[in-house]
Amino acid sequence: MTDTLLRVRHLRTYFWTLDGIVKAVDGVNMDIGTGRTLGVVGESGCGKSITALSIMRLIERPGKIVEGSVDLDRTDLLKLSESEMREIRGNAISMIFQEPMTSLNPVFTTGNQIAEAIRLHADIGAREAEDRAVEMLRKVGIPDPERRARQYPHEMSGGMRQRVMIAMALSTYPQLLIADEPTTALDVTIQAQILELMKELREERRMSIMLITHDLGVIAEMADDVVVMYSGKVVETGDVFTIFERPHHPYTQGLLGSLPRIGQRRGRLRVIEGVVPNPLNLPKGCLFARRCPCVMPICEQTPPPFQEVHPGQVSRCWLTPAGTTPAVGMTAPADVAEAEAARMTITADSGRQSATAAQMGEVGR
Amino acid sequence: MSEAATLAAEDVTAAARPETLVTVRDLSKHFEIRGGLFGVSRIGAVRAVDGVTFDIRRGETLGLVGESGCGKTTLGKVILRLIPATKGEVLFGGKGLFEARGDDLKAIRRNMQIIFQDPYSSLNPRMTVGEIVGEGPLVHGLTNRRAREELVRELLARVGLNQSHIHRYPHEFSGGQRQRIGIARALALNPEFVVCDEPVSALDVSIQSQVLNLLDDLQEQLGLTYLFIAHNLAVVEHISDRVGVMYLGRLVELADVEELYERPRHPYTVALLSAVPEPDPRRRKRRLVLKGDVPSPANPPSGCRFHTRCWLRERLGNPETCVTQDPALADTGGEHFAACHFAGEVVAEAAELGAAGARE
Repeated sequence: MTDTLLRVRHLRTYFWTLDGIVKAVDGVNMDIGTGRTLGVVGESGCGKSITALSIMRLIERPGKIVEGSVDLDRTDLLKLSESEMREIRGNAISMIFQEPMTSLNPVFTTGNQIAEAIRLHADIGAREAEDRAVEMLRKVGIPDPERRARQYPHEMSGGMRQRVMIAMALSTYPQLLIADEPTTALDVTIQAQILELMKELREERRMSIMLITHDLGVIAEMADDVVVMYSGKVVETGDVFTIFERPHHPYTQGLLGSLPRIGQRRGRLRVIEGVVPNPLNLPKGCLFARRCPCVMPICEQTPPPFQEVHPGQVSRCWLTPAGTTPAVGMTAPADVAEAEAARMTITADSGRQSATAAQMGEVGR
Repeated sequence: MSEAATLAAEDVTAAARPETLVTVRDLSKHFEIRGGLFGVSRIGAVRAVDGVTFDIRRGETLGLVGESGCGKTTLGKVILRLIPATKGEVLFGGKGLFEARGDDLKAIRRNMQIIFQDPYSSLNPRMTVGEIVGEGPLVHGLTNRRAREELVRELLARVGLNQSHIHRYPHEFSGGQRQRIGIARALALNPEFVVCDEPVSALDVSIQSQVLNLLDDLQEQLGLTYLFIAHNLAVVEHISDRVGVMYLGRLVELADVEELYERPRHPYTVALLSAVPEPDPRRRKRRLVLKGDVPSPANPPSGCRFHTRCWLRERLGNPETCVTQDPALADTGGEHFAACHFAGEVVAEAAELGAAGARE
């Protein structure tokens, strides 16, 4: 195993709204190894962006980080003063956002903005910083960088602006790059350019990346490790092959199953029934229980444990590693009997895989 | 209309082929760019759609893919006459859509509907679901309130919404539910033809599959014909019978879905397919990465519009033809149409490049 660069533990970020407390991030753990890429997937509102903003300590009222630790090389970022944190941002950790238009300042030239970022973190002169800005633009594949450095964001296309953002984020040689949906607003051919660029820079610098996206294709392409989030919680983690080839959590299975894939056309798509629970009124047991094809009585009563189901694969689910119902001793005997009975109605004996397939699969065609 | 008759007469094989519902002939839409003093002089035009010809067969789903700005949405709107065409014609069931007036037009309109991309901005926030879905029938003469409500309830059930939600407002629904409302509205007049303009792009993956399955079911139950516009190639492959690819206002390739995805004959299609990240970590592709951005449709490149970014042209030693001559959309065999001077070389060259091959 590689050494861990960033270690997030028990992170909770809540928002105090007029309607009540929204637990946007509720007890999140994740590790990012040096030189590795962690993919964070989940649907809108699952808390993936808020996790990133919490790591950067960019949460504003009515939101607040209420608990947890974010260790970067054994320094807990949550304990730093605001001025110490400013040293970290853009220096040790850089972030790129989804919308390159709104994250660049329209009244400064791109060269100017990159040079500013460089000078904030390095003690060099204006001329030198501008030269380095041009150099960075060249590095991210912008043709004619001298001219482009004198241009304003509105004079560039979306893909070009995203390159400028990346150039800016990388200009201070960060150890960790947080990329929040970096290619979602871009067309596929431009997305391909940006992903190739990120791969090159990652190799060159041995940089760690936290890649947030809802696109499982991008995750499969880029990530070493994967975290799946649902309703503010991590529901499954593992390396990329494990997650795509033997996902344990029914939500992960559902996500992968509901994806139309090139080369596997026709037939019906699997469906995850229903919608995500209202964050103001979360169910008391497992948050996915109401949509889960393998739901057991215990799921609706008690939140499931976050347990290792295979070495390196952790899942927040009552199903056992093999996909069967929990062993006696983990819960009240009555519950187990009921759960077992429920499972038996789903499938005769062959466990979770077939149960899920039968429930989610080609029903009705 | 007379032209339609001649077209049909010329086409001796027409009877053997599936029936054509919508015919699009040399269709163009140019948006003028005005400038100069007081903005009155015409200084150019954005050629959003530029000379597009194809047919849509009754009962099929024709997918239309391309990147932003390629003209696919404009094409969908021009086909419905929601915006006027600059040139060309559209025949609906053999009748000229652009010449139709009065009751004729109303009758055609009733038969062609659209589902929009954004389920948030395409529903009037001040109208209830009942009013939104019932508006079309009201306009078309279903004035009896009770009968209309009955129809709306039926439609809601059909698209999988709770009938008791008829008096609710759009903000009370989630994105997926709103898209279902949009679908119910499109179906209210019992149309034959529906343009689906990026109907699932704004939805999360788990909701997206619900809506795609619904569209599939409705097509089967009601015998609908879809023009399905989307930028997501996997979604288009899943739902379509045939697929058209657009680039800078032009249709550059059109073929049966399997044929197009397995043996693309236009270098742009090859690049598009190669750019899609596959949800399989063992198949990390060696990408065919296109250089640069899509050129401006106000000033498209001469000859083949793709020549400025074309990988095939580069491999063939930059032939002059691509710059000087605009390739026509031609049948390369088996109704596989492609607009490339070197369409015959695409398959072999792409294979050599290993565009779709696995890395590991």
